[in-house]
Amino acid sequence: MSWTTVCSLDDILPNAGVAALVNDTQIALFRVDDKVYALANKDPFSNANVLSRGIVGNLQDTLVVASPIYKQHFSLEAGTCLEDDTVSVPCYAARTEGGLVQVQI
Amino acid sequence: MSNPQRLLIVGNGPVGHQFLESIVESGKAGNFDITVIGEEPRAAYDRVHLTAWFETRQAESLNMVAEGFYANNGIKAQTSEKVVSIDRAAKVATTDLGNTYPYDKLILSTGSYPFVPPVPGHDRENCFVYRTIEDLEAITAAAQNAKVGAVVGGGLLGLEAAKAIMDLGLQTHVIEFAPRLMAVQVDDGGGNLLRRKIEDLGVKVHTQKNTQNIGDGENCLHKLSFADGEELETDILVFSAGIRPQDALAHQCALEVGQRGGIVINNNCQTSDDDIYAIGECALWNQRIFGLIAPGWDMARVAADHVLGGIEGKQFNGADMSTKLKLMGVDVASIGDAHANTPGAKSYTYINEQTEVYKKIVVSEDGKHLLGSVLVGDAEDYGNLLQFALNKIELPEHPEAMILPNLDGSASVGLGVDALPDVAQICSCNNVSKGDICAAVQGGAMTVGDLKACTKAATTCGGCTALVGQVLNAELTKLGVEVNTDLCEHFPYTRQEIYHLVRVGEIKTFDELISKHGKGKGCDICKPTAASIFASCWNDYILETSHAGLQDTNDRFLANMQNNGTFSVVPRMAGGEVTPDGLIAVGSVAKKYNLYTKITGGQRVDLFGATVDQLPLIWKELIDAGFESGHAYGKSLRTVKSCVGSTWCRYGVQDSVGQAIDLENRYKGLRSPHKLKMAVSGCTRECAEAQSKDVGVIATEKGWNLYLCGNGGMKPRHADLFASDIDTATLIKYVDRFLMFYVRTADRLQRTSVWMENLEGGLDYLRKVIIDDSLGICDELEAEMQHVINSYQCEWKTTIENEEKVKQFRSFVNAEQGDKEIVFVQERGQIRPATDEEKRLNSNLIAVAS
Repeated sequence: MSWTTVCSLDDILPNAGVAALVNDTQIALFRVDDKVYALANKDPFSNANVLSRGIVGNLQDTLVVASPIYKQHFSLEAGTCLEDDTVSVPCYAARTEGGLVQVQI
Repeated sequence: MSNPQRLLIVGNGPVGHQFLESIVESGKAGNFDITVIGEEPRAAYDRVHLTAWFETRQAESLNMVAEGFYANNGIKAQTSEKVVSIDRAAKVATTDLGNTYPYDKLILSTGSYPFVPPVPGHDRENCFVYRTIEDLEAITAAAQNAKVGAVVGGGLLGLEAAKAIMDLGLQTHVIEFAPRLMAVQVDDGGGNLLRRKIEDLGVKVHTQKNTQNIGDGENCLHKLSFADGEELETDILVFSAGIRPQDALAHQCALEVGQRGGIVINNNCQTSDDDIYAIGECALWNQRIFGLIAPGWDMARVAADHVLGGIEGKQFNGADMSTKLKLMGVDVASIGDAHANTPGAKSYTYINEQTEVYKKIVVSEDGKHLLGSVLVGDAEDYGNLLQFALNKIELPEHPEAMILPNLDGSASVGLGVDALPDVAQICSCNNVSKGDICAAVQGGAMTVGDLKACTKAATTCGGCTALVGQVLNAELTKLGVEVNTDLCEHFPYTRQEIYHLVRVGEIKTFDELISKHGKGKGCDICKPTAASIFASCWNDYILETSHAGLQDTNDRFLANMQNNGTFSVVPRMAGGEVTPDGLIAVGSVAKKYNLYTKITGGQRVDLFGATVDQLPLIWKELIDAGFESGHAYGKSLRTVKSCVGSTWCRYGVQDSVGQAIDLENRYKGLRSPHKLKMAVSGCTRECAEAQSKDVGVIATEKGWNLYLCGNGGMKPRHADLFASDIDTATLIKYVDRFLMFYVRTADRLQRTSVWMENLEGGLDYLRKVIIDDSLGICDELEAEMQHVINSYQCEWKTTIENEEKVKQFRSFVNAEQGDKEIVFVQERGQIRPATDEEKRLNSNLIAVAS
């Protein structure tokens, strides 16, 4: 699978997220320190495209984003929901190359 | 089927009502045919707090009967009807209306009547007693044409009456026969200090005065002549010279009555007729009348249990008459043998004339047990001392240490609550024992607020609040519940401690805070908390790059996110005031962006259905039309609701709209632990519902009454009257201090109502901090508030003027289009989010306006 360039790293505030549209798929990109992570933007509990607006941080050893609607936490590295192990969101490979953010979808 | 047993309750006061509540609580009310008859025009009300009527002058505020209580439990209640005779043989009571009520069991809860000394002239015009709401109404009416008021009787109730007369603006005198005030409860030393404190308030106290005649005055309506030849003129006279049991019915039907009155009862509260009970102040148990509420309620519970067949085997075994109260703002408490009448008793006394505190303890001859105590000016030791006395807990080697101040800062010689037996009564008003509290904690109660809700402890006089808190903490520790107050896994501190760290360390960013005091990367608990604290302290623009990622979504996008990911927009309309042009501008924006429009409970307009990329466009237009952010998205001041007040209303006494606008403009943008709501009403009719707000202001003829810590919503709480008849400058000063003290000390997401419920010392403590500046922090609090006010900015104005910030509102970082999955349908002429079903059927969907 090829890498798609989405935006520059500077377009994402440190320790926050943005929404992006890649091949008609809505994704959420998060920047933690200088690493980037990509999940689907759709919150499975509300079906609203809002995960990019969540607060990022860590719970124990897991980097997470908290859904801004009902506050469940999703792993930035795996897409799994920490409160309900039957639920997860699609997780995509993401990297920075020369100051640009790239994802694989 | 046999007919249900007929229960007839004569007298619908607090004690009669407690009897009914006990029957209902047993779940067996349905087994009885219950009738309660009261001669007053209203059902049971809280006579203990009668004086509180002056706060609202509305009888409903004292009502004790929950809505639907009679109807839901099949109880017939007659008001304004008086039982005048009882035929014990036929078991029938007859009333002044000529109605007859047959009974199987009769409960007499007729209470007492005020004793009026038979002085010539006692029945002149404008001579009153202090017992019912009607008495208070009559006193208030008479006060309008009076300058001077006098109370005959310097006991507990007399001083309450004096306070009322003083508050009505009259020059006030208290006339007492004994050599000191509150002669029954306090000794000479305590009485002297009490007198001094009350005279400091401007009340003239006359002791050892035997009133011999009441005649025409020269400057006032009455002239009182005393046995010592002195005279006093007054326009109003209130008799409060003690109570007498209301036992007329017992005399009429020949029940056994004590020599000095009172219906004789046994330990089941039965009179000399097994089918007739007497409870409360009309009853005489073991030659004693009990003129306090707690023993009356206790008798009601005993009688109810006995009527129900003695299920719990309750008995009335007398009552402790210890009491703690606040008289004219002075704390007074009396425990047990206050006068050291026990043979061999020894006393220890502490007097501080500087701070006006008097404390005395009376201990047994062997020095091992506490027999009694008198506290004036500072009654904080009451709870501890009472437990020592009631439970005969052995005293420490130097009992005087219990009343001496801790000058070296060492811990006070208090009572380990572990020393208390389970049966120890913690809350005497509501008969809650230590065991009851422990059981509630075992059942999951975690805070004093929880305990108040499930046990009623500390909900009547509040004197036991601190003790309830100690029992709670001890029990939680015992249960191995680690009382972890850490904010989250990243910070081993409470919100209050983090606030302090930020303030003292002048910390401005989350990175600095977590590197100095925490660990990890933070989370959705600590980040918004820190952001809120930074805003409360420094009030920087909340979308600064270092702050933006800390904000909850609503704050990050300066709008309220709804269930489909769209936002609602609320422009500020201070005080609920808006010009026609303003309203048209809001309407035009709503129409242009096809927004669902609704009026909020806070008197402004909410526009729903905006997508994130529309927000800056919408705000550009609103700001051009003169609006600013309404902060509906923040944990901050929302609105100050108002009624139209004296400007338009026939009844208004102050300009409530003007005051509301000033308050809203002063505190707009203040970030706090949770949202804040305020309201200003222009008169006592209270159309703005100020008493359900965090800060409520109600106009009076003389200024403003300030109410604090009310709440509507999920757990309604009536606000507490904090200060009366204050001017605007004082109002602002108190609100500044209150808000900043709340911001400093509350937990995250703790509304002022819950904060107050858990505040040790409650309303009194808050008054000390804010009015008396007992912590010496008021200057700081005011300065901190002034900084927030001076640094206010409309966050939306700052945002739309900054291109980089506007870019944060794009729907996608890499595409100039909106979220196509956001679709609406039409309902009642406006949009609403489409349901999943409607999206699937794809019928009549409306896309976002572009």
